[in-house]
Amino acid sequence: MTTTLPPRPAPGAARDEADAARPATTASPATRVLGAAALVATALLVLYGLVISPADREMADSVRLMYIHVPAATYLYVGCFFTTVASAMWLRRRTPGWDALAEAGAEIALVFSIITLGTGSLWGRPTWGTYWTWDARLTSTAVLTAMLVGYLALRRLELDPAARSTRAAVLGLLLVPNVIVVNRSVEWWRSLHQGSTLVKLDPSIEGTMLVALMVGFVAFGLIFAWLMVHRFRIAWLDQKADGLDLEAALAARRAESRAPTAPETEVTP
Amino acid sequence: MWRDAALVAGRDLRIEARSRVTVHQVAPFALLVLVLFAFALDPARSILERATPGLYWITVLFSALLALSRSAALDETAGARDALRLSGLDPSGVFVGKSLAVAAELVVLEVLLGVGVIVLYGAEPAGVGLLAATCLAATVAVAATGTLYGALVSGLRVRETLLPLLLLPVLAPVLIGATRAFEAALGRAPADGWPWCGLLAAFAVLYSVAGALAYGTLLEGS
Repeated sequence: MTTTLPPRPAPGAARDEADAARPATTASPATRVLGAAALVATALLVLYGLVISPADREMADSVRLMYIHVPAATYLYVGCFFTTVASAMWLRRRTPGWDALAEAGAEIALVFSIITLGTGSLWGRPTWGTYWTWDARLTSTAVLTAMLVGYLALRRLELDPAARSTRAAVLGLLLVPNVIVVNRSVEWWRSLHQGSTLVKLDPSIEGTMLVALMVGFVAFGLIFAWLMVHRFRIAWLDQKADGLDLEAALAARRAESRAPTAPETEVTP
Repeated sequence: MWRDAALVAGRDLRIEARSRVTVHQVAPFALLVLVLFAFALDPARSILERATPGLYWITVLFSALLALSRSAALDETAGARDALRLSGLDPSGVFVGKSLAVAAELVVLEVLLGVGVIVLYGAEPAGVGLLAATCLAATVAVAATGTLYGALVSGLRVRETLLPLLLLPVLAPVLIGATRAFEAALGRAPADGWPWCGLLAAFAVLYSVAGALAYGTLLEGS
């Protein structure tokens, strides 16, 4: 970041000036490195997932979907965790950064949940013979996706920004507890209803398949981090833009009141 | 807090007693849904009988959405929300009061629907203790969660469409638990139903506490 201010600007006016002086972009040298690393890791994942690692004995080539599916599901939960923690911190501190982080976490979690559901059902078709089954994990992931959609719908509303942030923060704070309650109850529901009839992933995954899965985790971790940073900065700039609109409107009203066509009328007692 | 809760619950119930929205609109709607299920499913009763617990609780949830939407709308007329904020009432008390008022309306609805499924679906009540405990726990759970989420969307133009989207996923465990408990009770195996009843009670406590803690923030922040 090219800024002439001291490394630790004091909070308040100096910091606002620093923000204003920054170009309105979401990229920085660090994120470019991060993005390049994510691309390299993705290329490695393609190489390991599609070329080097062998097909599974039982699941054949569909096992390759797991190298995307499992990391995506993992980072889905990481995103939800970010949202809940950031919402709690926003309610405590009321600083705009936490609000932006909560929004970024939920939005990226939604993307990853769609990837998870999509790859999961593509994998389920050859393996289980059906795109969808009322398995505990599938059901709770679907419910979680609905919750994320609801959260983001609330965030998109035309509302006073502070009120919207408060409501979103309460909703975000409940996100992880909701997920836990739904997961527990759905798992219990399925286990009482029918035994675990689904083919479990072979737990003794090893060799190049394990390497491919690990590469998947690294690649998705980098992609997640890159998306988070950029989404966070977009949310941050959004908040700044809202503030600018307000300031411009205030300035316009002040200019109106100073205009000679509207002289102040004298009030007689 | 409890005195404030009683005041708010009394206010909401008094408004209901005078406007009769629940009695004249929500209750007939609930019974209508029962009839519609019979149209959609097998009128020969074999499917209806098996699906009775699920249909019953789906109907309760849909009717509860209407009651909750109505409860949230009460605070939007004539600046009632600002008045509540300025009244000095404990926000937790306001939350508990509103939840209790909704819960009272839901209990009436559930009794009515219970009669409805006995008459229309040929359900035979058994395991009355479990049925009553399940109803109680589920009602508190729905009322508390719904009042909390109702506050999240209050004052919005899209309140009525957004509330179901936010609330129904969260209430999935209530639907599962209440349906399983009812199945156990009607299947004359009440021992299987009590753990589900426990789940409902835990859910009710969790969201009542969360709502009581968060309501002040929501009341201030809007």
